[in-house]
Amino acid sequence: MKHLATFGRFWYDFIIGDDWRLALGVVAAIALTFFAAHHGADWWWFLPLAVLALLGFSVIHATRARLPGR
Amino acid sequence: MTHNLFLFIAAFLACAVEMVEALTIVLAVGVTRGWRSAIIGTATALGALTIVIAALGPALAVLPIDSLRLVVGGVLLIFGLQWLRKAILRASGFKALHDEDAIFTAEQHAAAQAASEVRSGVDWYTFTVSFKGVFLEGLEVAFIVVTFGGAQHNVALAALGAAAAALVVLLVGLVVHRPLSRVPENTMKYAVGVMLTTFGIFWAGEGAGVKWPGSDVSLIALLVFVLAGGASLTSLLRRRHAQLELTGVTA
Repeated sequence: MKHLATFGRFWYDFIIGDDWRLALGVVAAIALTFFAAHHGADWWWFLPLAVLALLGFSVIHATRARLPGR
Repeated sequence: MTHNLFLFIAAFLACAVEMVEALTIVLAVGVTRGWRSAIIGTATALGALTIVIAALGPALAVLPIDSLRLVVGGVLLIFGLQWLRKAILRASGFKALHDEDAIFTAEQHAAAQAASEVRSGVDWYTFTVSFKGVFLEGLEVAFIVVTFGGAQHNVALAALGAAAAALVVLLVGLVVHRPLSRVPENTMKYAVGVMLTTFGIFWAGEGAGVKWPGSDVSLIALLVFVLAGGASLTSLLRRRHAQLELTGVTA
């Protein structure tokens, strides 16, 4: 069981990394794009914008704790 | 053509930067405890990585291209954003840069302290550290080769890019015989992060049913968009870091 947990932890760190919200956001953005595309809307602009917004959120969040007064 | 060029460059850069890190570990144990076991450990790890690529590469090729690109594009996007996120945090000063000289010294110190256990003529400590160093650093490269190459149905070209980089780093390492601390690791990781993110967006979008304007030409526009976005965030965080230093809060 311990080995299984270690194995799972390794792959989690390997794929998901330091910020799980980034991974979850990417999955949600792709799902929304898929949904839109299969309902007649070609949201080609959505995924790049969503990715950049998620990246921005993630790096700003990572540095926020270090701001004075926080 | 553009796809293949990006594929080769991404695999080459990713492998080069990971192998620079692996080389530091192998050099440290090799110099301190002897080369035989370090070389056997390195060769075993490279063999294991080749098996991983050879086994998974063809397995991905049998999947339908749309499903493959949706899943692989998504995974590549998550993976690429991880690289890009770390590179931005390092470039802006919020995360320490990799210091190969410091790592080399620490590994050398640990290698000198470790007990000697010889099995079948192999120093077990040296073998294990070399194997783990090369295998774990190389696993990210294998992952990129299999996913990036698989989504393009060209794992061989990605593997060639990675092998070329491994050879270059190995030869340079043999010549200079010290850690390659002058290699701009973070810039290379930044470039790999940008490429993985760009292709991740492109393939995940295609797999989800998006019709990119201009088809393949949109890849260039996406690359510029991701590059500009990354540069803006780095610049914003650099200013933030400078502010923190002025107010005496260290990052």
